[in-house]
Amino acid sequence: MDFDLNEEQRLLKESIDGLLTDSYDFEQRKKYMKEKGGWSKAVWLKLAEQGLLGLPFAEADGGFGGGGVETMIVMEALGKALVLEPYLATVVIGGGFLRHAGSDAQKAAHVPGIIDGSKTLAFAQLEKNSRYDLFDVSTTAKKKGDGWVIDGEKFVVLNGESADTLVVTARTKGDRRDRSGIGVFLVPGNAKGVGRKGYPTQDGLHAADITFTGVEVGADAVLGNPEDSLALIERVVDEARIALCAEAVGLMDESLKTTVEYIKTRKQFGVAIGSFQSLQHRASDMFVAAEQARSMSMFATMAGDFEDAKERTNAIAAAKVQIGKSAKFVGQQSIQLHGGIGMTMEARIGHYFKRLTMIENSFGDTDYHQRRVADAGGLI
Amino acid sequence: MDLAFTKEEQAFREEVRQFFRDNVPPETRRKMVEGRHLSKDEMVTWWRILNKKGWGVSHWPKEYGGTGWTAVQHYIFNEELQAHPAPQPLAFGVSMVGPVIYTFGNEEQKKKYLPRIANVDDWWCQGFSEPGSGSDLASLKTKAERRGDKWIINGQKTWTTLAQHADMIFCLCRTDNNAKKQMGISFIVFSMKSKGVTVRPIQTIDGGHEVNEVFFDDVEVPIENLIGEENKGWDYAKFLLGNERTGIARVGVSKERIRRIKDLASKVEAGGKPIIQDPAFREKLAACEIELKALELTQLRVVADEGKHGKGKPNPASSVLKIKGSEIQQTTTELLMEVIGPFAAPYDVHGDDGSNEAMDWTAQIAPSYFNNRKVSIYGGSNEIQRNIIAKAVLGL
Repeated sequence: MDFDLNEEQRLLKESIDGLLTDSYDFEQRKKYMKEKGGWSKAVWLKLAEQGLLGLPFAEADGGFGGGGVETMIVMEALGKALVLEPYLATVVIGGGFLRHAGSDAQKAAHVPGIIDGSKTLAFAQLEKNSRYDLFDVSTTAKKKGDGWVIDGEKFVVLNGESADTLVVTARTKGDRRDRSGIGVFLVPGNAKGVGRKGYPTQDGLHAADITFTGVEVGADAVLGNPEDSLALIERVVDEARIALCAEAVGLMDESLKTTVEYIKTRKQFGVAIGSFQSLQHRASDMFVAAEQARSMSMFATMAGDFEDAKERTNAIAAAKVQIGKSAKFVGQQSIQLHGGIGMTMEARIGHYFKRLTMIENSFGDTDYHQRRVADAGGLI
Repeated sequence: MDLAFTKEEQAFREEVRQFFRDNVPPETRRKMVEGRHLSKDEMVTWWRILNKKGWGVSHWPKEYGGTGWTAVQHYIFNEELQAHPAPQPLAFGVSMVGPVIYTFGNEEQKKKYLPRIANVDDWWCQGFSEPGSGSDLASLKTKAERRGDKWIINGQKTWTTLAQHADMIFCLCRTDNNAKKQMGISFIVFSMKSKGVTVRPIQTIDGGHEVNEVFFDDVEVPIENLIGEENKGWDYAKFLLGNERTGIARVGVSKERIRRIKDLASKVEAGGKPIIQDPAFREKLAACEIELKALELTQLRVVADEGKHGKGKPNPASSVLKIKGSEIQQTTTELLMEVIGPFAAPYDVHGDDGSNEAMDWTAQIAPSYFNNRKVSIYGGSNEIQRNIIAKAVLGL
């Protein structure tokens, strides 16, 4: 049992923290937001230069063979700096599908572009009525010759507007809520029949609603088994949840730090407001919530390697519950303790709160995951 | 980072578990599962079994009878002990006064007291709180005056846990009225059988008798019963309170209680089926289990940190343990109440002295719920813990 980082992991942490300290203060972030797609290509290439975009890929595929802990380190750092670039969509999720199910040819076609920063991906999964159920898929993929024809609608696809490749879940068999009959397809973002309507999200990222109208793809577009890929989807989404947990820990750390600094300097009644016990106790509760979240983020990271899929999923669901609760508390109290200034777009803290809030509603909210843990019979 | 226990640690867990299976008297275990109080005899019998095995004072230095276990081994031992369940070693002797004596006491004191603590030849109690000194402990007034080769002690202590069983007390006494309040306190030990010591029971809201008022009326104590230096008692008290950082989370206790909740909830019916099948109840239970898992991980982080870097600088996460640990213990007793519903009401007038075992097994659930309100009050109330986090961790 060991919760420390090893030497290489410490170096990784230093290098990404250093990079983001130099290139990601709040003012710089505002500029990046205005660039095409809503994020900075230059920062993205810097991440590529430091090898961060190739981190989780096998060395044979040109990556660095990093594991869950390495991704956790990166996601925490990205959270701390409130980074806009599509690491989750491209490296964690898109890359996750390729790592777990990509054929040699698919990896050769997509992984180098991810690693060198020239290509980004997006995960087109959410549908109008699917909410958090990954098996609830109405979008269809019908066989045509060797290839497939995809029809349907996907919503709130992160990085969906600018992604070069979309990873699309589609039903090849059965009814809307059947657990079998779901496939995963790699679809070029500019394929004929793909309609993308992009927009900024509440937390400053970018997403798109995407329509697929008779989109034709070849046999080489299929990732894994086209008729039975729910386990693959669950696996990759679990990895996305783990990554979100780590990002949230970074966000909470920074929120708490910023808030404590603020109440040490803000004066009312002639004294720093942090000298008032009611505020001290609130800050202490924020600390407790953030530490409990950190513990569960570590747990989730380690659970990513559990052999048993049920045990893995249950542990990650539990982590997402803790993260959701802690994120809500730390986020809301950060605003409260900042007072009026916390309500303004000008202050950093509100942006942290907004990202934390959106994370809670990504890939299953607190209630959803709590129900899953309850249905699985708990943890003890 | 690696969450897995090593093969050796797993083997150790098995060894400990097996020892408890073979050696904890079944009657003791049953009473603990049902939340009943144990008699003095039952506790002492078990502790002597533990001491005979060499595990009575496991965390003490080897030269005084400790085991030399790693931090992780201690964690495993405690978890298994709490989960079995079996009584934990008497904290007042083993975790509190023992370490003060072997750290600050003289050779004679070590020889005289330590073996008797280990074998519970003396039952120790703690003379800290006073009627006017709760969270503001340093304001205590019990006075020790030097007269020849004796201390003359006058004053009153309160919330003295199990003083009715005690042979010895370690007592914070004011020895200098003129110094700043923390600087004039001494750490003195003496026999509860001394002339002038009176113990009066306090009945708590659960109907039980765990705590007492203790009065000192011109109690004569030999001068050599001062531990360490005169007027340095506050430092020893802080040392003592900071010594037990991880046990306070009581993760094993809460785990055991969750198993009991599940067991009862699959038997007790609501709406024609077991309560465990009620989604609302199940989700409440899951929420509690998740919090407990997070606490367990936080505790493991602290334990792993101590194992690696020593106890010198506490991991800031250790401040979480008391607050969350007590909240979760309280939630588990609330959930037990919820499971038995209206059957929480009957009051067993015989208490838990064993004279009315026919009383329904639900009889101890409400008292346990009432009793557990104490856990967020004692050992530095949760509000004091928040003060500590604000000051020591956040720098406010």
